[in-house]
Amino acid sequence: MTRLSPQAIRLMIPVLSLAVLLAAVFWLQPRAMSYMGMNLLFNLAVPIALATIAQMLVIAVNDLDLSIGTFVSFSACVTAVYLPTAPLVAVAILLGAICVYALIGILIHLRDLPSIVVTLGMSFVWGGLAVLILPSPGGQAAGWLRALMTASTPFVPLAIIASVVIAVVAHLLVMRSTLGVAIRGIGGNARSVARAGWSVMKIKAAAYALSAFFSVLAGMALVGVTTSADANIALRYTLLSIAGVILGGGEFVGGRVSPVGAVIGALTLTLAGSFLSFLRISPDWQIGAQGAVLIIVLGLRLLLARREA
Amino acid sequence: MNALKPFLSKPWLWSWLAALATFIVTILFTGGASAFGLSQATLTFAAFSVLVGLGQMLVITLGPGNIDLSVPATITLSGTLALKFMDTQDTLILPGLAIAIGIGLCIGLANYGLIKLLRIPPIIATLSMSFLVQSMAIWSNRGLRIKPPEALAAFATGTTLGIPNIALVGLVVSLAVWWLLERSIYGRWISAIGQKLAAARMAGIPVDGTRCLTYILCAILAAFCGYLLASFSGGAALNMGAEYLLMSIAVVVIGGSAVAGGNSNVPGIWGASLFMFLVVSMLNTYGFGAGIRLILTGLIIIAVIVAASRPAGAR
Amino acid sequence: MISESETCPVVSVRGVRVAFGAVTALDGVDLDIHPGETLGLVGHNGAGKSTIVNVINGGLTPHQGSLAYGAVDAAGGGVSAARAGGVRCVFQELSLCPNLTVAENIRLMHQGLTGVGWRREALSLIRAKLSEIFPGNRVDCAATVAELPITERQMVEIAINFLSIGTPPRLVILDEPTSSLDAALAEQLMAHVRRYVAGGGSVLLISHILGEILSTSTRIVVMKDGKVVANRPVSGFSGKSLVEAMGSVVKEKVRAGARDLSKAPLAVSLPAAAGAATAFAARRGEIVGLAGLGGHGQTDMLLSLFRSRSSSWLPKRPQEVAFVAGDRALNGTFPLWSILRNLSIGDLGALSRLSTIAHGEETALGGEWKSRMAIRTPDMGNPILSLSGGNQQKVLFARALATPAAIVLMDDPMRGVDIGTKQDVYGIIRAEAEAGRTFIWYSTEMDEICLCDRVYVFRDGVMVAELTGDDISEERVLAASFQGEAA
Repeated sequence: MTRLSPQAIRLMIPVLSLAVLLAAVFWLQPRAMSYMGMNLLFNLAVPIALATIAQMLVIAVNDLDLSIGTFVSFSACVTAVYLPTAPLVAVAILLGAICVYALIGILIHLRDLPSIVVTLGMSFVWGGLAVLILPSPGGQAAGWLRALMTASTPFVPLAIIASVVIAVVAHLLVMRSTLGVAIRGIGGNARSVARAGWSVMKIKAAAYALSAFFSVLAGMALVGVTTSADANIALRYTLLSIAGVILGGGEFVGGRVSPVGAVIGALTLTLAGSFLSFLRISPDWQIGAQGAVLIIVLGLRLLLARREA
Repeated sequence: MNALKPFLSKPWLWSWLAALATFIVTILFTGGASAFGLSQATLTFAAFSVLVGLGQMLVITLGPGNIDLSVPATITLSGTLALKFMDTQDTLILPGLAIAIGIGLCIGLANYGLIKLLRIPPIIATLSMSFLVQSMAIWSNRGLRIKPPEALAAFATGTTLGIPNIALVGLVVSLAVWWLLERSIYGRWISAIGQKLAAARMAGIPVDGTRCLTYILCAILAAFCGYLLASFSGGAALNMGAEYLLMSIAVVVIGGSAVAGGNSNVPGIWGASLFMFLVVSMLNTYGFGAGIRLILTGLIIIAVIVAASRPAGAR
Repeated sequence: MISESETCPVVSVRGVRVAFGAVTALDGVDLDIHPGETLGLVGHNGAGKSTIVNVINGGLTPHQGSLAYGAVDAAGGGVSAARAGGVRCVFQELSLCPNLTVAENIRLMHQGLTGVGWRREALSLIRAKLSEIFPGNRVDCAATVAELPITERQMVEIAINFLSIGTPPRLVILDEPTSSLDAALAEQLMAHVRRYVAGGGSVLLISHILGEILSTSTRIVVMKDGKVVANRPVSGFSGKSLVEAMGSVVKEKVRAGARDLSKAPLAVSLPAAAGAATAFAARRGEIVGLAGLGGHGQTDMLLSLFRSRSSSWLPKRPQEVAFVAGDRALNGTFPLWSILRNLSIGDLGALSRLSTIAHGEETALGGEWKSRMAIRTPDMGNPILSLSGGNQQKVLFARALATPAAIVLMDDPMRGVDIGTKQDVYGIIRAEAEAGRTFIWYSTEMDEICLCDRVYVFRDGVMVAELTGDDISEERVLAASFQGEAA
């Protein structure tokens, strides 16, 4: 038997939990094992997966972003209001927002601020901007966006393809590129990274900007799926994205993150919600199931870690 | 001038000044006509933030990484279950209160149990717990709106000597927490833990016991707030706790307690809670919408935390 | 071999002086390291070994004196000047990113490594270097650092610093490089050092294993109290003369006559750990010293002793043990608090009624200890950080002594404390011990070890010797702390 690395074991838990959930769904409702069924199950997973990657980038530098939910909502509002009519304005606003994120990263680093509080403050700001842009639910998805998000791809539903693409791109960016190495290096041992002559501030700014980019994509994808937006559309993403990163084998400190795991974590959380409706258990327990999955997976991980030690 | 110095250095002073300024600006617009009504509403709504803010403050005092995200879910669950149990009967008011506090006790215990057993950061433990608790609340609520017992509703919406009863309750609880923080051994212990966990352990402080108690206190205060809030607003609603997640953290930060832990104060929680509500009223009076209000709140939080910080490396 | 004076030194240190507060860590040190030599650096605790290493690698700017790499003056150039000068340093603590793979760490440490195939290049370079230094090793270079056993991490870190990417290494500093390596690997490393030096490189070697120093170095520098006290080719030293050179010049300190307490009741006892030469015991009223080089397991033992005798869940009264921290910033003072609060936290229960703290009694306690310990402050309500280090340390002593605890654990608490304060505290410790308290005292200062009734010497995490009575001497402690021919 070949030796499995702890990293592989760590990734195995989310993969297994997703597989178990999926098997249970198919067993309860064989009709879900179809093109349409899969599409329905995972449609909402795409924006959540993107938001989870965004959160993961911030967690990789030992910070935490409590503003992802409102920022995704803000991006969704901009997308729904401006993108169909004034695409240039939309792009300019979103690019500006990404720059603000980079500045926040710099501020947090320079003043040694607790990221939780700064992003808590920013969550009010993004929420306020979203309300200003779109006071009541509405807006519309740009034609191409709607077409993209509802495209019928051959054989495999779009949601699955999109998730795979997100995982691959994020993996290349975070695990393979030099920038990704530097970002995770800061999480692992910021002192030695600085001692080797890197600018920790620039790397942190880049991590925050990349995170914002993925959040913007999450907002756009969300509008593409739901065809409209409102200022509170994605508030739950803050907590879901944190849960997704942890579920996917990431840790809060030490730069230990896994993009593939994070996407799987997001899929698992989405599925944990819809799973109950197949069990004919009232959807009241949907959120609870997400919490339970989280606790079970963390417990399993602890058990495995103990056995290794 | 020198006599003023110790007073000026109090971290809670600024939140009170800000609250006062906002109050005056609001009253100026209406020419003083609404001063009484505004004070009443402010005191009532601030009291709810104070109750949850005090609990969150104790948790944040424990130091970096300590935070309770299950506050909103706890509010909702305790409000829902307590009202359901009392079933509009006046005789069950006190047992209902006991139920609410019992719920808080269980959630706090479960929170720390998760932190300790799964060895996970408080933020993820209380997050998972909040998912479970919120689900229980949704399940037990089932869209039915049960009214609170009449006597309780009358108490929650009534006033004594012109002061809202809720504000009086908030004041009594604040005094108790102030005693805990400033006069009791427990207060010294949480401050020591928040400053340096390792040093606290080596000074002989029962670190786990103290932290566990703190999470329990926070959950009990949130549950108590849920009980009162549901009685005040004529029934429990599923989203009744939602705004208190960010609010409970914001009032701690604006109130001048140290986010890095170890140094908290009770008056600041009141100042910040009054201020947070008054900003809403002021902007409403002047015709600004919710958007501006939110942006302003966020910028204030960031300004406060930046002002309280030092540049990295300057130690 | 060409004579040293003809080659330009790789690193040249002239008259360097470094002080931390009142403590002088380096007191006018001159040191040259030439190409083609291995400089062995030895000295006891506080001799200034790590300080001089930090000066050479650019981590610390000296307050006086000059520093040059080759012919380039590098005063204040910091880490980047050191790296440009070809200085590489293997630190005692792991300085790799544990969450990254070996190749990724190389990418971060060597900015010269660029291009599309850097992973493959890094892997082939490190594999080649590892088999050059440690032939026959089976290190999995594709793994993340955290997955490697501690031995392999150290091997990788050593190999990374010998890599030649961009600027080639000219001086490699090895600070206790074999602490996690077994004898065979250590010998391989030493052989590589000899080869590397023969090829014109230079190495600065710090080790507590005198055999390594004597067999590998070409020249040995002995430091003591921030000064270089001996600097000779290796042929001029034997194991015995090295240990003697590290010892103090003034012999026969006045010892406060160790008391024989072997009849007194036991206060603590621990069974012998695996590999230890002796079990641990401390008797009532005894002062037991823990000696040896810093970081060889003394603090860990004190911490686990404390944890096993105090509860983390319920307050335990009366307390059995009290702890006096040495690393004040890590587990000693509470920086936001006043002196008084820092003092009274040790035993609040005795100052309270119904868990309300009685302020009058707290203030009285503060007044009592202020005079007993001669804490120099106008007001016990002042912040703790307003005190000098020595006075802060007195407060920590007072915190422990104010409790009724029968056993007091001391974690090298006198580091950086002025001599006057020390004498005060020694007197108090004596008096308290006479009154029946047990002190377990880890100290890196020989004077203090000589104050103890009995001493255990630590090496590599275990107790290797027990000294009693007149056996407690600097020579005996040094000989037991350093493994090798001297023993």
